[in-house]
Amino acid sequence: MSDRTPAISFQNVGKTYGGAHGAVRALTDVSFDIAPGEFFGLLGPNGAGKTTLISILAGLARASSGRVLVHGHDVVDDYAAARRMLGIVPQELVFDPFFSVREALRLQGGYFGVRVDKKANDDWIDELLVNLGLADKANANMRQLSGGMKRRVLVAQALVHRPPVIVLDEPTAGVDVELRQTLWQFVARLNKEGHTVLLTTHYLEEAEALCGRLAMLKQGRVVALDRTSALLAGTASTMLRFKTDVLLPASLRGQSRVTGRIVQVTAHDAHEVERILATLREAGCAPEDLEIGRADLEDVFLEIMQGAHA
Amino acid sequence: MSAGTPLAGARTLLYKEVLRFWKVSFQTVAAPVLTAILYLLIFGHVLEDRVKVFGSIGYTSFLIPGLVMMSVLQNAFANSSSSLIQSKITGNLVFVLVAPLSHWAWFVAYVGAAVVRGIAVGFGVFIVTVWFAPFHLAQPLWVIVFALMGAAMMGALGLVAGLWAEKFDQIAAFQNFIVMPMTFLSGVFYSVGSLPGFWKAVSHLNPFFYMIDGFRHGFFGVSDVSPWTGLVVVGTSLALVCALCLHLLRIGYKIRH
Repeated sequence: MSDRTPAISFQNVGKTYGGAHGAVRALTDVSFDIAPGEFFGLLGPNGAGKTTLISILAGLARASSGRVLVHGHDVVDDYAAARRMLGIVPQELVFDPFFSVREALRLQGGYFGVRVDKKANDDWIDELLVNLGLADKANANMRQLSGGMKRRVLVAQALVHRPPVIVLDEPTAGVDVELRQTLWQFVARLNKEGHTVLLTTHYLEEAEALCGRLAMLKQGRVVALDRTSALLAGTASTMLRFKTDVLLPASLRGQSRVTGRIVQVTAHDAHEVERILATLREAGCAPEDLEIGRADLEDVFLEIMQGAHA
Repeated sequence: MSAGTPLAGARTLLYKEVLRFWKVSFQTVAAPVLTAILYLLIFGHVLEDRVKVFGSIGYTSFLIPGLVMMSVLQNAFANSSSSLIQSKITGNLVFVLVAPLSHWAWFVAYVGAAVVRGIAVGFGVFIVTVWFAPFHLAQPLWVIVFALMGAAMMGALGLVAGLWAEKFDQIAAFQNFIVMPMTFLSGVFYSVGSLPGFWKAVSHLNPFFYMIDGFRHGFFGVSDVSPWTGLVVVGTSLALVCALCLHLLRIGYKIRH
């Protein structure tokens, strides 16, 4: 394969699930490439089709139309070569209760043709265990591990055959801060060493910090695809944040995000900021701890999902 | 399958499947051996002095090969079906699904492990029951052929059941309403030759009958039907079940959406 061959190429991918209540279209004509060495984020609300797309990539589901290539290998016609290049961290916290951590890793490597009796492979397993904070759990049964520890083992299992492409499907959902830090440091290091990373996450600050490029899915379609910095620059650039106990005027509710007492309102320019403040004054709403800052990825995400860029 | 190390992958999956049942061998090997001993003690005690089979063979001697083969068949089925349904329901089947394993590799590993468990349990039953009656081993090759073919067929059938089932309840139904009656009504506890004409004819439609009859022929050199007839029936049944199993694995039936 040439150096220009994408690490992952989604080509007009469609997926329809048949059911008792009629067909459900999960993906429609999804097309984009991920270059080797990229740290790529796939974002979207629940039910947008992210996991379906990852499942098609991993061979857990089959596309109804289109195709997916991993370093030029079709995931259906040449599945063995494609899967050898992929390390998948599944979203569900699954484990095999019959085995210890080391046994689980040796078996997973073995499925990919890695010989379990070679010392070099055990050295790599040891390195994974140390880097993921699992060294003292190597001989523990999987059932004895906490949820966070099981999540780390899932990451180690995905990496045990040294794949060039790592796919993380919401790896930090429901895990503590320490694991998130450990995981991101390790994955960022792998990315620097040349691994391609495809990440789906609900933590948009993670995507903003880590991903060089993003795709956003909405109802099975790609509604945004660009560099993270370009997406941030191309949207409402100003955000008013303040606290209030008063109900917002109806005219501002559509462009506001309210979390308890904290209100965030998007504004496109200084005139709009002035108009928002005037509207608040007229409504008798005195904003506390007022801040004016740049919009973040969450704002971009909400704006796109509300249809501004769809 | 593409270039690479397909054999290593299949070997690892086979090793994992064997290790899985071996780690709980008290339940998967020792318990069925104990059950077979109980059958032998109860039926042997009740019928030993009242029944002679094939002319001069004592009932306990007749019963032992039937119990051994029944254990082989039931445990081969239990291994592949329970392993697959457990992995499906707990979700850890994903580890095998994302691996570059062909449908042949899945088949060889799951059916191979089922054969290993079936033969291990059968051997255990044989070792502990052989002391209860005079020992015969007329044609050992038939013993090996029917044990291996029967275990392979039941391993493949268990794999089909595991693919089809979506909950433990369905596997239990398959086991209790299909496998168990077909095994019990196959001549484990009696000679089919002693049945009335109609039930004898019905028994001859049951492939399990040919497995047990052919296996028993290896011990005594006599049987209800020729072992060659049994070989054809069991061989054909094995080929059909294996073909169905490989087809379901190839299309990812109920495991790849």
